[in-house]
Amino acid sequence: MNDWPTVQEEAATTSDRPLARPPLVLNRRNFSWITERISGVVEDRAPRWWWVCFTITGTIAMFGLFCLGYQISTGVGTWGNNIPVGWAWDITNFVFWIGIGHAGTLISAILFLLRQKWRTSINRSAEAMTLFAVMCAAIFPGVHVGRVWMAWYLAPVWNNYGIWPNFRSPLMWDVFAVSTYFTVSVLFWYTGLIPDLATLRDRATTKIRKFLFGVFACGWRGSNRNWRHYEMAYLLLAGLSTPLVLSVHSVVSFDFASSILPTWHTTIFPPYFVAGAIFGGFAMVLTLLIPARAIFKLHDIITPQHIDKMAKIILLTGSFVSYAYVMEFFVAWYSGNAYERFAFWNRVLGPYWWYWWTGMLFCNILSPQLFWFRWCRRNILVVYFVCMCVNAGMWFERFIIIVGGLHRDFIPSSWGIFIPTWVDIWTFLGTLGIFTSLFLLFIRFLPMIAMSEVKIVLPEADVHAHSPNGHHPVAAGGMERT
Amino acid sequence: MRTPSGHEVYAMGAEYPSPAALYEAAKMVRDAGFKRWDVFSPFPIHGMDEAMGLGKSWLSAVVLAGGISGLLTAVLVEFGPSWGLYPLIVHGKPYDWRTVPAFFPIMFEMTVLFSAFAAFFAVLIMNGLPRPHHPIFNWERFKRVTNDGFFLVIEARDPRFTELEARELLERSGGQHITVVHED
Repeated sequence: MNDWPTVQEEAATTSDRPLARPPLVLNRRNFSWITERISGVVEDRAPRWWWVCFTITGTIAMFGLFCLGYQISTGVGTWGNNIPVGWAWDITNFVFWIGIGHAGTLISAILFLLRQKWRTSINRSAEAMTLFAVMCAAIFPGVHVGRVWMAWYLAPVWNNYGIWPNFRSPLMWDVFAVSTYFTVSVLFWYTGLIPDLATLRDRATTKIRKFLFGVFACGWRGSNRNWRHYEMAYLLLAGLSTPLVLSVHSVVSFDFASSILPTWHTTIFPPYFVAGAIFGGFAMVLTLLIPARAIFKLHDIITPQHIDKMAKIILLTGSFVSYAYVMEFFVAWYSGNAYERFAFWNRVLGPYWWYWWTGMLFCNILSPQLFWFRWCRRNILVVYFVCMCVNAGMWFERFIIIVGGLHRDFIPSSWGIFIPTWVDIWTFLGTLGIFTSLFLLFIRFLPMIAMSEVKIVLPEADVHAHSPNGHHPVAAGGMERT
Repeated sequence: MRTPSGHEVYAMGAEYPSPAALYEAAKMVRDAGFKRWDVFSPFPIHGMDEAMGLGKSWLSAVVLAGGISGLLTAVLVEFGPSWGLYPLIVHGKPYDWRTVPAFFPIMFEMTVLFSAFAAFFAVLIMNGLPRPHHPIFNWERFKRVTNDGFFLVIEARDPRFTELEARELLERSGGQHITVVHED
């Protein structure tokens, strides 16, 4: 270990400490406060609001499951999809949900590699959100094939017919990308959970809790010889998840980009989709965390600083997305391709014009511009409003790309329009219910904040914090800026 | 080694008030030449590996092996059917070296998948987990290790271990609640 002072220590020696960073956990909370507060959420009785919310979301989820059963038993004709609109709400929902998942992986993996310590307050719940979003996403490609019982054709298994999948198809890449993404996200999430499950095991008062948390904590005992391998595994899982998450939405975009349709056949899609995924995903993280933070009084752990930073990421990725929107129009004009030009005029003035004006223009381009102002980033209501706009806007964007690209075929005689049926609508609402129900179960039964990771960012966790001349420790996270 | 009451001794442990105190103590125990000892904390302490004299974890080598096996599996699973068992001509695209890039995405995904499995199982196996019971859990205070407790434990099977020397060292390093932990 080196002996020269850290940036924070140096800052502590100046009178006003201009370089000291604001603390990541407010009110000088200690280790056991973090344990108590976060374990308490899991250990206390379920509050009444939880039962109310769970009943509502569970009922909606049941409607969704009913629609899925109806659609599987009756056929894809229960949806409004028909030629030329062969993909509609199903693939819109798929891209919407898988995109939401990406924010969780960005927080858990990419921000970890970039040493953004503030991620520790939000990574656990964001990763859980990723898993639930990917579960919802996986439903749609699964059932849209029509004969769900034939879905095993997608897997390269030795079979009696001697038929093998086409490995050069982007749809096949998608199968591998999404299933790998889900599996790796589960492994990463569970690895992160092990020390916290051990905390709950050691605090357990009932036999059943002791048993279950005991089993899932794998006998974790916080040994440094174990932490050494654990930290390496965590680092590598983060390193693996980083290119993985970028690949998943790139592969999703290949489903479109490798086709010949105007508005789909473009090279800008992979980065455009990845940025859009993170943009929409962060909005969903905030949508879930802002109420959870208020209900469980987690203001000292999820501070205004955290919300501010997430708002900045929404502004950044929103700018990428806006740039892509503008560039699509520019290329349509600059290419001189009549079909491409028509498709983009149609986007703005065609039958789906209001999807573009509200969804893409207002929700995705204009609303995040509020985040240029610190006052807006620090105002919970404004943040929540923008997040809701972005949630809706990103769904509209996928709808515009998919249905907008399909409903005007190359020959006007083949033109069509898409009208959703009640099955379309309730299947989508059902996945919202499944998603929120799973999230509610998660916050009841598992620690929603990574306790062992939040403890690391407390100043007293830094063994080099005590400077020799008796200054007060100012380390990772630093002291309140005055 | 047994206690007067007939219990097999597993180790002697001490608790420390802070990560910094534990860090200093670990350096002392390392310098005293002990081999079978460990520190326990609710979170990984930055710099503790050096303080304990531990090198870099070789888990990364296992992950590399996992990644290579994933890549080779993908090559086999893709090229076996596509070039041998079931050549599928789509869009009139030929099967030769020019179409190899179209196989890359699945190779990449399988490499990541196998690497992640390797990392997950390696961290469990290298740490000897899952292990439902461990003698250290016989120490009542040790429950705090997952909350706010910082412990240093010297095992009795360390060749240098004598009760007197271990106790003296733990006391000198600022340890509190020094306890003999039983094996059973």
